[in-house]
Amino acid sequence: MKMKKILAMAASTILCGAMFAGCGETSSSSNKTDTTTAPKATDADTPKSDDNKSGSLIKVGIINNDPNESGYRTANVNDLKATFTKENGFDASFAYSLKNEEQINAAQKFIQDEVDYLLLSAADTAGWDSVLKDAKDAGVRVILFDRTIDADESLYDASIVSDMDKEGEQAVDWLKSQDLKAYDIIHLQGVMGSAAQKGRSKALDDTAKELGWNIVTQQTAEWNAEKAQQIVQAAIDANKEFNVIYAENDDMAKGAVAALDRANISHGVDKDVVVIGFDCNKWALKELKAGNWNYDGQCNPFQSSYILDIIDKLEKGETLSDKKIVMDEKGFDAKTITDADVEQYGI
Amino acid sequence: MQKKVGTAEKNSFLSAIIRKQIFIPIAALIILAIFNFIVDPSFFKITLGHNSEGDPVLSGNLISIIDYGSELAILAIGMTLVTAASRGQDISVGAAIAISGSVVLRVLCGTNSHPETLQAPIIAAFLVSCLVAMAFGAFNGALVSVFKIQPMVATLILFTAGRSIAAWINNNELPVVSDRTFTYFGGYIPGIPIPTPFFIAILCFILTWLALKFTNLGLYVQSVGINEKTSRLNGLNPALIKFVTYVILGLCVAVAGFIKVSRLSTINYSVVAKDIEMDAILAVALGGNSLSGGKFNIYASILGAYVIQFLTTTLYKFQVQADALPAYKAVVVIALVILSAPIVREKLAAFFKKLRSPEKAESKA
Amino acid sequence: MQEKSLLEMRGIYKSFPGVKALRNVDFTLRGGEIHALMGENGAGKSTLIKVLTGVHIKDSGDIFIKGQNGPVQIHSPQEAQNLGISTVYQEISLCPNLSVAENIFLGRGKSRLVNWRSMNKKAGELLDSLGIAVKPTQQLASCSIAVQQMVAIARAVDMECSVLILDEPTSSLDESEVAKLFKLMRQLKERGVGIIFVTHFLDQVYEVCDSITVLRDGQLVGEYEIEKLPRVQLVSKMLGKELDDMADIKNDIPTFSDKDKSFVYEAEGLCSSEGIKPFNFNIRKGEVNGFTGLLGSGRSECVRAIFGADKVTGGKVKVNGKEVKISKPIDAMKNGIAYLPEDRKRDGIVGDLSVKDNIILALQVKKGFFKPFSKAEAVKFAEEYIKLLDIKTASVNTPIKSLSGGNQQKVILGRWLLTNPEYLILDEPTRGIDVGTKVDIQKLVLKLASEGMSITFISSETDEMLRTCSRLLVMRDRKLVGELTGDELTQNTIMNTIAGGDR
Repeated sequence: MKMKKILAMAASTILCGAMFAGCGETSSSSNKTDTTTAPKATDADTPKSDDNKSGSLIKVGIINNDPNESGYRTANVNDLKATFTKENGFDASFAYSLKNEEQINAAQKFIQDEVDYLLLSAADTAGWDSVLKDAKDAGVRVILFDRTIDADESLYDASIVSDMDKEGEQAVDWLKSQDLKAYDIIHLQGVMGSAAQKGRSKALDDTAKELGWNIVTQQTAEWNAEKAQQIVQAAIDANKEFNVIYAENDDMAKGAVAALDRANISHGVDKDVVVIGFDCNKWALKELKAGNWNYDGQCNPFQSSYILDIIDKLEKGETLSDKKIVMDEKGFDAKTITDADVEQYGI
Repeated sequence: MQKKVGTAEKNSFLSAIIRKQIFIPIAALIILAIFNFIVDPSFFKITLGHNSEGDPVLSGNLISIIDYGSELAILAIGMTLVTAASRGQDISVGAAIAISGSVVLRVLCGTNSHPETLQAPIIAAFLVSCLVAMAFGAFNGALVSVFKIQPMVATLILFTAGRSIAAWINNNELPVVSDRTFTYFGGYIPGIPIPTPFFIAILCFILTWLALKFTNLGLYVQSVGINEKTSRLNGLNPALIKFVTYVILGLCVAVAGFIKVSRLSTINYSVVAKDIEMDAILAVALGGNSLSGGKFNIYASILGAYVIQFLTTTLYKFQVQADALPAYKAVVVIALVILSAPIVREKLAAFFKKLRSPEKAESKA
Repeated sequence: MQEKSLLEMRGIYKSFPGVKALRNVDFTLRGGEIHALMGENGAGKSTLIKVLTGVHIKDSGDIFIKGQNGPVQIHSPQEAQNLGISTVYQEISLCPNLSVAENIFLGRGKSRLVNWRSMNKKAGELLDSLGIAVKPTQQLASCSIAVQQMVAIARAVDMECSVLILDEPTSSLDESEVAKLFKLMRQLKERGVGIIFVTHFLDQVYEVCDSITVLRDGQLVGEYEIEKLPRVQLVSKMLGKELDDMADIKNDIPTFSDKDKSFVYEAEGLCSSEGIKPFNFNIRKGEVNGFTGLLGSGRSECVRAIFGADKVTGGKVKVNGKEVKISKPIDAMKNGIAYLPEDRKRDGIVGDLSVKDNIILALQVKKGFFKPFSKAEAVKFAEEYIKLLDIKTASVNTPIKSLSGGNQQKVILGRWLLTNPEYLILDEPTRGIDVGTKVDIQKLVLKLASEGMSITFISSETDEMLRTCSRLLVMRDRKLVGELTGDELTQNTIMNTIAGGDR
């Protein structure tokens, strides 16, 4: 039995090591801590892990999606890796996968390794009940971040989420406040059915209906810059009149701007077309700073401070007032954004 | 009498055309053009304007088609050869484009992801990406020709791993090139109002034409695809020829990837050239080429690629509702594929022949 | 039904569209007998076996099996098995990734549950009793081909078969493995099993069989006891030539007497991966010679080794007196050798390509990748050979697959003549084509030889070879066993040499 456990641990260590190897130089420091602490944990017998609980290092298992999935995910992973370090009092192991089953396997391994906290960004909403029950029975605290799951609330301790509806509303409120003479909008949607697309589309759709804004074109560009460029190009070729680009991510906004440039249509602060993007990529915020775009809505990838806060409370024995914690998310206006903002919030 | 001969000739001419392979993509193009012409003739309007840099540019739907269809058409060249020789398809081209695009940016930007000036000449970046893409092509080719793995299975490896490799090449960062000359290749060269990707595509077509005319590429690839044993007994090396087609496809990937990153001066590893492998395979099929290898017609595949882009632009133009877009595309594709099935073409040819006989009867009466 | 018979087939007819495969064939198998079923290609052996095993349904005729009342109808292989008829094919149809015991008992368990221990024990006893040295738990794929074959036989025996059909079981075995198989066959014979043995190897027939049934062109030639049928007689019956009529065919071929002409090609100790014994061979300028022997004797394998079509595993080769290395077809082509393969469809034509492309293919490959012929040149070549060989085709651009067999063959002949070879190998150029074309090809061979080309000619029809060749190399059981020239070139001597042995 013990042998099996050690083997499993070794396997997951190797797996984690391989993952880190893929992340290159930026992660090399945390990589080292990870590979050195993990075997120690393997050697640890029961009294020592009691030791852990009494205060030396808090053991956390972090399950996340593949860092290559998007810029958002990369920022998210880097943020977590920078926070859960030995210096900050954590012994963290990481597992990455875009597949639910692999994530569940990783969760089981972490439970076997007797982690104190399981941090989870699930690839899929379904299928988590039994493994979370196991976690509960083993006394492992579960904190969901970034994504929710279809499971009973009693199975986890906290859930940190982005409110996509709110992101959209913030952006649309900003647009409303601009008080344009007319609102003729090209709406570039993300992959249909994704949480971000639904939230961000809903806000615009509702307000447009309410205030009688004219949606000139509404089309999915599937988060893809080039498709966005083609869609806007088609609108320009059809002589459509528009003065707002509402793109549901930065890439699509960039594609749209490329089409505008090609047709010599001015865009940005005090220009013909207002450009709105989402996600706050660093390059996008720079465009904003330069006045080429007008607004960028944040989808906050920096969840570790919230998680730290929760762990702190739980360690002190406090109870959380609400299991669902909605993150604070900003929206940046080209007129007010500062270089410091670009550095701090750009991902 | 004279007239009767005339119509008979015309009809047999028609049925001969229908039997020709290149008929399918041409027919598809004509149908799409007629549809657009009837619904909205302004579809074909081309206007000369200026871009924000003050350079002249042509714009219009037709320009969009020849512009955005370029990458697909270039890929169709390599995909046709791979299909013909190895009797299977490479499904890793999208991932390979991400890799070669990533390499271009890595060379241009060096270690700093947002450099003010280029760290290397553009031509060097392009050549390095060609080498890398050909190396990955060689990897696929070796799996297929030496280890005899089915092409789809062999290329599944790169299909799965490619985008992660692309991200790894740039340390997971998203480099942005600020140099303006780099945008020429995916946009316009100052003073020339026609999009550069189209010129690059034309250059590729000319090179292909030269290769088919001045080498035995076509004959060798077709014989290996049709009958490997015979080819060997006639002194060919089937494994080498299959391998070479994958390397050629690698080169096409490098060119397509170069255009892609030049369009926006940056890259998004997870969405760049997404699903382009399926479109490239579809282009080969629309060109009337058998997906189980053998005889091929590269020019028909190239036209097939433009048919796909024509369709995409049409759908954008008519603002088909976002959720319904794939469904519309599927319907049109199904129609085109059925049209290209040999049985249907035979039936069509027979139909035109039949048309002739009632006329005959009439003239007799 | 006779008392001793296990199986009787009477008046079996079977036809396929356009072919009468079996006409009024009788066959009798007695208990405890090994019965050889002999005949050249297309004689009807495999059809007869397939009728017996239920793969094909006979058109008419009766099959009687011991212990069954009246004639039986066999509609499927399963029914055949239930009647106690088991077949072991040349390609083993077992599951290589299962164990030996599992393979023996696969698909026969009455209950769904398997008792592994008792299964392995039973398999062990069975294998012991048959003297097959293999562990029941061993994975089948790790056993040699011979052992796999014996496991297949053990499976058949355990299914209580009374009739065991062995279809070419020895073709992929070496000598010691063949000996083991024969031992097993004799054991089964003692148990009263009747074995039908299909093979091309004459020596093996005379070593192990008790009686022989010969078929030719879908008809029964006769059933003979082995002692009463000398080898020569067997060969003559298989080929359909009575010994006596053959003697008086005076061959009017030009005898090749020019012994001072130089050797175009010489080989010493040549052998290939296809299992032919090392052989020596040479041919002079302007000579026509041929390989003869029964089907499967290795005559095609010899010429394939010369051309490098199979993997050459040893031997020295000289072309025009100079030592060269020929390991793949392009080497042979560069040395002026051309090869028209036996299986036209598989190895000869490139079906979807045009007649023109098929004609220029070999010369084009020889010329090089970067030097394609212009369209005009290619058409000129194609038209030249279409005219020379009188190929019936709609145009030079017609796909070769839509031509008739004879015309396809001419296209391939044209392809090789276009390369202007010094040495041309023709393996069965006349198979499956009409008589007129056959004569054309023979005439062409003689004409080319008179112009100085060296030609090796292989045909299943001995008279064709007698008409064209001045020297014959005789193959038996993958071995070169004789060389006949001059007066020896008669049907009688050929058949005697093919048959070999003392009889």
